[in-house]
Amino acid sequence: MSDSLGLLLRRAGFGPTAIELTAARRGGPDAALSALTAPPGPDLGANTAPVPDLGPDVYAGRRDPTFEEKVRLEDLRTVQTGQLTEWWLDRMTVAGHQAVEKLVFFWHGHWATSVRKVRSPQLMLAQHRTLRSAPDFVAMSRAMVVDPALNNYLDGHLNTRQAPNENLARELCELFVLGHGNYSERDVREAGRALTGWRFSLTRGASVFDATAHDPGRKTVLGHTASLDAQSLVEVMVGHPACPRFVASRLWFRYASSEQPIPQGLRERMAQAFPAPMAMLRVLLADEAFRATAGSMVKSPVEWCVGALRQVGVRPSGLSPQDRAALRSDLDALGQLPLAPPNVGGWPAGAAWLTSAAARVRLRLAARIAGWAQTDGLNPEGLAHQLCVDGWTDRTYEVLKGSRDRRQLMVLGLVSPEYLVT
Amino acid sequence: MDALTRRRFLVASGVAGGAALAAGTGGAGLLDLLARGATVPTDAAPTNTLVLVTLYGGNDGLNTVIPYADPAYHAARPELAYDPERVLHLDDAVGLNPVLRGLRRIWDDSRLAVVLGVGYPNPDRSHFTSMDIWQTASPVEPVTTGWVGRWLDTTRAAPEAAVSFEPVLPPVLAGATRSGACVGVGGLDLPPGLTVEAVAGLGRIEPGESQMQARAAAAYRDLLDVDRLVRGAEEHPDPVPSVDGPQVLTTGPGTRSVLENQLALVARCVEARVPTRVYSVSLDGFDTHAMALPGHEALLTRLDRALSSFVARMAGTEAGRRVTVVVYSEFGRRVRANASQGTDHGTAGPVLVLGSQVAGGCYGEQPSLTDLDDGDLKATTDLRDVFGTVLAQVLDADPDQHLGGGYRARPLPLLRPT
Repeated sequence: MSDSLGLLLRRAGFGPTAIELTAARRGGPDAALSALTAPPGPDLGANTAPVPDLGPDVYAGRRDPTFEEKVRLEDLRTVQTGQLTEWWLDRMTVAGHQAVEKLVFFWHGHWATSVRKVRSPQLMLAQHRTLRSAPDFVAMSRAMVVDPALNNYLDGHLNTRQAPNENLARELCELFVLGHGNYSERDVREAGRALTGWRFSLTRGASVFDATAHDPGRKTVLGHTASLDAQSLVEVMVGHPACPRFVASRLWFRYASSEQPIPQGLRERMAQAFPAPMAMLRVLLADEAFRATAGSMVKSPVEWCVGALRQVGVRPSGLSPQDRAALRSDLDALGQLPLAPPNVGGWPAGAAWLTSAAARVRLRLAARIAGWAQTDGLNPEGLAHQLCVDGWTDRTYEVLKGSRDRRQLMVLGLVSPEYLVT
Repeated sequence: MDALTRRRFLVASGVAGGAALAAGTGGAGLLDLLARGATVPTDAAPTNTLVLVTLYGGNDGLNTVIPYADPAYHAARPELAYDPERVLHLDDAVGLNPVLRGLRRIWDDSRLAVVLGVGYPNPDRSHFTSMDIWQTASPVEPVTTGWVGRWLDTTRAAPEAAVSFEPVLPPVLAGATRSGACVGVGGLDLPPGLTVEAVAGLGRIEPGESQMQARAAAAYRDLLDVDRLVRGAEEHPDPVPSVDGPQVLTTGPGTRSVLENQLALVARCVEARVPTRVYSVSLDGFDTHAMALPGHEALLTRLDRALSSFVARMAGTEAGRRVTVVVYSEFGRRVRANASQGTDHGTAGPVLVLGSQVAGGCYGEQPSLTDLDDGDLKATTDLRDVFGTVLAQVLDADPDQHLGGGYRARPLPLLRPT
């Protein structure tokens, strides 16, 4: 039988340190679950990673910049985006409230918005704050429907009464709130009309409502007929019974299994805890069905990398600018750079991360991480303890024993199948 | 631009690679397949091979295949237009860019087909979306599989049936249950101190481990196997020609310097009769928004040199004479130059098809330079007709089954009947 406490900590956060796992063992499973989902006090670790001050958007207050100015401003945005990405990776690494921190990353993938289209790191940071501070899914949905970055990403600013664009409305139905199959094409069109009139302002870093572009007419969405606007549309959608079940199934997909569907009983129990995501997650993590998924989840590149950094005691902010850039570039090559999901569906999951192309990059990044880490006195047993794996297979143990030096030993442990899959 | 397209690619490769593993190479690694390939009698009929060359960034089609005789061409881009006398005339309307001298020789041998004005309905000017449309051959709705990937699915192809020599696997090779393999040109480049033996050790599947853990192990085995397969292709080691030493890329992890190297590897594989049917290679850097002329000429020179030496080499063997090269880009540039002596994202462009089986000549119609769609060319040939032709004539497959969306391809007579 695999170690269920190890599984709990590995899945709920980015990867426990040996100290955290030992402490959890001492307190027992109930205390560990409570400590994860309702951590006491402020997050002292996260407090050592203050949000960078990016200032206003580089285009704020500017009109008609020249070509040369644009080149310079876009370069500045690229630098700021790198800064923001590095900050987030650092915060993930040092945060003590690991389940809280990982849930923020879950929401980023759920409301997937990419800085590669949005361009403005300020808008991405504003969205990040919204996701982090929302007390529950209903409040989050209310804020996200007019979130400037999301609206920019899904062409909400092009959605006007005169020329409706249903991009945002469709994803709201399909990917964010209800799930495929729980709405009709007519619902999408009508929801699109309800969302008309919102634009974003780079100067104000916020969405602005233009009543002349809004369609005030009556709309029928999910059987409700009214002169719906963005906020009343959200109320209709989050009030639909499909919403809690959809959110439950998305949590299951990322925390338990991307291959097996969520058991119906668990889905209903989680839906009972809606709209508080952490309460829903707690139901999931405590369930027997969750434990039964042991050995079936592939760590995503961010989970793998941040977990490794935590366990070997390296924080991104302590690295040189070149090393931080290399870290970002390798994560990008692995297919998962925070702030830049590939599309509105968010990142893939499961075996999708296990390509031979990714294997090559993973070896490279593992070698970097081992190069930053302290490896004195390391042996295969100690490495299993440090990386919080349940144990090595004979195959991997043999490879580890044959490694030429301790740095290589750590590289091989970090890329081992046992470490990649949990 | 580079970030967008590349990014998309990696994820597609992720999806596909996982699916391919799910399809299961089982206990039979690629080396076993190679061993079987090596036992193919040398007199067995070789199969046709496709080499896809992707030009990233949006190649300026109007300065590649130049409508030199059209006054509107010279009027629209006064500082970017080529004098008619310098253009390498193909007929009395269009000609090749002056630097494409190697391609001109292939044209003279009737081994170069130029399909004019290739695009798709409702053109998208995003690199990301447009490249996606070209690679999935699905302009109407986004799909997660490439058109070659779908062919891999239906033929239940082995992992080495399609190989990419790009840094990451392009979505064109991503199927739902199968995918192409990705082989680095620069070799395995394992981190210093790490041995092939150690990585191979991790690639062994352990009895009783979970299915997902076994897949994680299999990825290392595949990494080494495909690499060995390709590198073992040449019995007499033939050093890959080095291209101008190491280059500093400005557009990210592109492949600007290595098209020749990629094609040299393809040549070795083809000559060694490696059972790969589709190769994907690429050249990056065509996003010439500013000061376009010298940059574009340098890229075309590189392209010309790589393609013409490859086509010449392929003509030397029976297997090589069954290779067809298809060169495309995600879009052309706008007809009118912009204020910084460059061109912005446009629409339709020419597709080049080369090889011993190709029936040389111009196909389709050069789009009008005056009847424009918001300043852009109107496509005259649908990309699905081009790829449909390739599916039918190179891959012996039913085009309509693989283009999706219910599209009925109108094949072009690009290849000579065999």
